[in-house]
Amino acid sequence: MSIATRSLPRTIGAHAILLTYTAIALFPVVLVIMNSFKSRAGIFGAPLTPPTPKTFDMIGYTTVIGQGDFIHYFQNSLVVTVGSLFFVLLFGAMAAFALSEYRFRGNTLMGLYLALGIMIPIRLATVAILQLMVASGLVNTLTALILVYTAQGLPLAVFILSEFMKQVSDDLKNAGRIDGLSEYTIFFRLVVPLVRPSMATVAVFTMIPIWNDLWFPLILAPSEETKTVTLGAQLFLGQFVTNWNAILAALSLAILPVLILYVIFSRQLIRGITSGAVK
Amino acid sequence: MAAQTRPKRPFRWHIAVFLAPAVLVYTAIMILPLAGTLQLSLFRNVDQSQVFVGLDNFRTLFGDPNWSVNFWNALRNNVWFFIIHMLVQNPVGVLLAAILSSPKLRFSAFYRTAIFVPTILSFVIVGFAWKLILSPLWGVAPHLLDFVGLKSLFTPWLGKEQYALTALSLISVWQFIGIPMMLIYAALLSIPEEVIEAAECDGITGLSQFWKIKLPLILPSIGIISILTFVGNFNAFDLIYTAQGALAGPNYSTDILGTFLYRAFFGFQLQVGDPNMGATIATIMFLIILGGVCVYLFLIQTRLRRYQF
Repeated sequence: MSIATRSLPRTIGAHAILLTYTAIALFPVVLVIMNSFKSRAGIFGAPLTPPTPKTFDMIGYTTVIGQGDFIHYFQNSLVVTVGSLFFVLLFGAMAAFALSEYRFRGNTLMGLYLALGIMIPIRLATVAILQLMVASGLVNTLTALILVYTAQGLPLAVFILSEFMKQVSDDLKNAGRIDGLSEYTIFFRLVVPLVRPSMATVAVFTMIPIWNDLWFPLILAPSEETKTVTLGAQLFLGQFVTNWNAILAALSLAILPVLILYVIFSRQLIRGITSGAVK
Repeated sequence: MAAQTRPKRPFRWHIAVFLAPAVLVYTAIMILPLAGTLQLSLFRNVDQSQVFVGLDNFRTLFGDPNWSVNFWNALRNNVWFFIIHMLVQNPVGVLLAAILSSPKLRFSAFYRTAIFVPTILSFVIVGFAWKLILSPLWGVAPHLLDFVGLKSLFTPWLGKEQYALTALSLISVWQFIGIPMMLIYAALLSIPEEVIEAAECDGITGLSQFWKIKLPLILPSIGIISILTFVGNFNAFDLIYTAQGALAGPNYSTDILGTFLYRAFFGFQLQVGDPNMGATIATIMFLIILGGVCVYLFLIQTRLRRYQF
């Protein structure tokens, strides 16, 4: 190892920079969560101290849970995210398998066609998507969101998954063919289990922008029935501008599930990024 | 495409079956609407029917003061938004990645995880949390500046026309710094040990090793980050919308193409929504993004030397 470059001041400097930036990155999150457990006087009197028995107050949370229909919004977000994720992974893996496994005319062209969507954001098609959804009666349904997010997630999923499927051994697949397995069985029984780790990576990449999206829920499904948690939080925050307890509690409630999921999956996500999945 | 698959062998249906769902959904929900949007920009609604008007909508957008003032303002702001990202996000991302990737650094997994946290949060959380922090009502920002003796520098940044856009750009940088950091980190880790050892044998260590050996090797990754930033910035909407509302205040000083598109297409307050003008703005955004991607693919990527190990 490069001992020549190691020295104590250098190490301390490195840690100092990283610690400073970690503090900058986490400070707003910690600040919001900390103050959400305080009374109004505590929030304004001493914003930078953790809640003490004197300033501790759950009034923000009771307001949020009493007012907003957050559980319902949460369910909507969950349905949309899980639904889109399912279709992105299933359709994406199938297309990736076709592109990486078989040689046929137009293979490269098809790959390029599907890759187009990696660079061109689907948001630019919004005007016509809304018309399409109005025409097919899908406005204010979760189906509309699932369809849009499936289309949005597919290009990157196909691209990443076909890179990984090329690495699956040909011998294995041919052995399966000799044993008389159909192409479908080979895909579902042999290939999919082998690329499961990379599918998890794709899942994390696909999930975050869907869960956090505000644009399409705002335009395609703004009704009370179909609001997602992101849109619900946005409207709620707009209504309660002066009720700081409620705002801070709502923000904390929005942060926590994502944060918990992230802590569970962060290893997967970071391994996915650093393993060269995105080139 | 799959329908053309007609080699000498019998038609291989399974290829079509594997491709069909993805291609159908992608074409129906993304490609056709995209084409439809481009097409809509050439039409105008006259007496309840769509009339072909050629490039009239673009002329309105660039020339008619009702539209052009806002449009050029949004475009200028968007360019500034992008410049801040390139100047702050990428250098800081490279710096953090370079430090993180040094061998034997302890707690590097912790730092990585922590610095990436803002990236996974939604814009609604980020926009509002920063709005609260920078709010003069709450006083967190002046309080913090007081610690370092700079309290006099504080002004309500988000409420002042001359600072609001820069402040929002920096908030966006804060949120997305994890992405360049991770991609550069991955690129740095993939530099083989032998190259570094060879450099050390030649007496190149420390900073000069970074500039002369590592930086040239990670240039392709920096190129990718730049184009990802470009596409993301010219498509941005959510942060401005959550922090400043659809009117992108104060006085449109934080208006970017995304918020301008939203107001034009969907209407806001007194303004009535106009799908055709919305489509026109979307077309301009499409052309800008396409232009950027082409510059990257044909001018930058082909000139970057890639090293195979």
